Amino acid sequence: MELLMSLVIGIMFAVSIYLMLARSMLRVVLGTVLISHAANLMLINAGLLKRGAPPFVTGDKNLAVVDPIPQALILTAIVIAFGVTAFLLVMAYRGYQELGSDDLSELRGVEDEH
Amino acid sequence: MNTNLIVLPVIVPMITGIILLFFYRQVKVQRVLAAISALAVMALSLYIVYAVQQQGILTLRVGHFPAPFAIVMVADLFAGIMISLSSLVSLACLFFSFGTIDAGKERHFYYAFYQIQVMGINGAFLTGDIFNLFVFFEILLIASYILLVLGGQAAQLRESLKYMIINMFSSVFFLLAVAVLYSITGTLNMADIAVKVSQAPEKGLLTAVSMVFLVVFGLKGSLFPLYFWLPRSYFVAPSAIAAFFGGLLTKVGIYASIRIFTLIFTYDTSYTHNIILYMSGFTMLLGVLGALSQNDFKRILSYHIISQVGYMVMGLGLYSPLAIAGAVFYIVHHIIVKSCLFLVAGLTEKVTGTTDLYKLGGLMKTHPVIAWLFLAAGLSLAGAPPLSGFFSKFALMQAGLQQGRYGIVFVAILVSFLTLFSMMKIFRFVFWGVTNKEHPPVQGLGYLSLVPPVAILVVLSVFFGLNAEWIMGVATASAEQLLDPQAYIQAVL
Repeated sequence: MELLMSLVIGIMFAVSIYLMLARSMLRVVLGTVLISHAANLMLINAGLLKRGAPPFVTGDKNLAVVDPIPQALILTAIVIAFGVTAFLLVMAYRGYQELGSDDLSELRGVEDEH
Repeated sequence: MNTNLIVLPVIVPMITGIILLFFYRQVKVQRVLAAISALAVMALSLYIVYAVQQQGILTLRVGHFPAPFAIVMVADLFAGIMISLSSLVSLACLFFSFGTIDAGKERHFYYAFYQIQVMGINGAFLTGDIFNLFVFFEILLIASYILLVLGGQAAQLRESLKYMIINMFSSVFFLLAVAVLYSITGTLNMADIAVKVSQAPEKGLLTAVSMVFLVVFGLKGSLFPLYFWLPRSYFVAPSAIAAFFGGLLTKVGIYASIRIFTLIFTYDTSYTHNIILYMSGFTMLLGVLGALSQNDFKRILSYHIISQVGYMVMGLGLYSPLAIAGAVFYIVHHIIVKSCLFLVAGLTEKVTGTTDLYKLGGLMKTHPVIAWLFLAAGLSLAGAPPLSGFFSKFALMQAGLQQGRYGIVFVAILVSFLTLFSMMKIFRFVFWGVTNKEHPPVQGLGYLSLVPPVAILVVLSVFFGLNAEWIMGVATASAEQLLDPQAYIQAVL
């Protein structure tokens, strides 16, 4: 199962990097969304996909439980990625309005340098 | 020592920031509250430095859980120095903001996010938990996105978009590195990680993780070859923000890399720290060459951030007590002087409306105060003897010579000369010569109200130069703490 997950994560990374290299702003934003998902999957994989009981204290010392920490970390990471993505989308839209283009090769901004 | 004291430099700006959100229409209230909070954090951080010197490393296990499970905050001497500097610079830039930030920005949560930014920076300095370091990085980054784009001009939007995407990308790699480190060590507490890493039988994957961390912190700290984003994004920010970012944001990355490469990844210094040393050489050289090719006050200063960051990382790469002490001293010197220079650029922009060197000239006659402030700060940056830049560079070069690293010392001296050259270039174009008729500076003495925050920073730079022995003693003590991870581990666990 971990191997399959690793392959999925690898493919997601490849896809998101391909998207981030695109010239269209929206594709780059989608790329950042996807890459943060890939990182979250990687985190859950890091705790190993053990099949155990929920991590509650029951008194039974021999009961195998799932490691709760990666899930707590992912929850935090998802919230952060959600907030930043929302902000990035607004920025991309405002940028499109102000700059009149969503083509990144037109947004190099060298004209004001000497 | 377990004490609640060290969480306050994080909590106070956070609460102030939240309160300021409710007063967004009353600019006066915002200013007063922001100033009170900045002064309080300043007092707190100075007290923390004093307490660390008296009682040793301070820790706080949040919620009082037992040692490796609780989220910890740790204040050793290095962290104490960093929060004092961050509160000093945030105070100076805040007072500078009062006179330079326009009312529209002030009413759109400028001070609130300024406080959140301070919270993120102080948190990153004080945390002892690697995942919390990630969270505080995100807090300071989100606040920095907002402060950078506030105003919404076309150039700001354009550069902020790039800045955001690059930083999101590096955050993902930060998370990845934390994930892999967690899967190897099974803990997030940095002291506990250090113990587990030193006991790990197989170091190959750990070295790979350390390099991912180096890339992440290199991106935040603008190391070669990851500095490309810096000059343009700092150029579009208002001067008070550019000074704040230029002094502190990159140094958070440098602080984090010094922390993990002296605490966690110390098992193969001939490999990892050698890479860091080479990166530092290229960072210094290419940063200063970039500065030479620019003809704009703020752009030159932005490129100099890059070249100066190289010196700090050179201290880490040399990895001897003297070198780390030199790096700490250099960070102290650089944060003060660099913020000061950006504020001088802001003063120039305030009185002339431009920072383009070809449109400026003759300010020495009309605004001598600005010229003298720049001269002192610029000479300090280049490393002229009685000022703080000289002694910090001297310590670094001495450390390099002791280890027989002549190449890096040569680069460092060369970069010093080129820095002097480019400071003189600014001085020659902005302050000497005749006044540009097309862009006449504003007459009158109104600008003097903006001088005190700048003057304080200049005075501190001179003070640290004249009292180099004292500050070097503090830096040496913090270097000893950094190079003795056992003390840190014992304090935390």
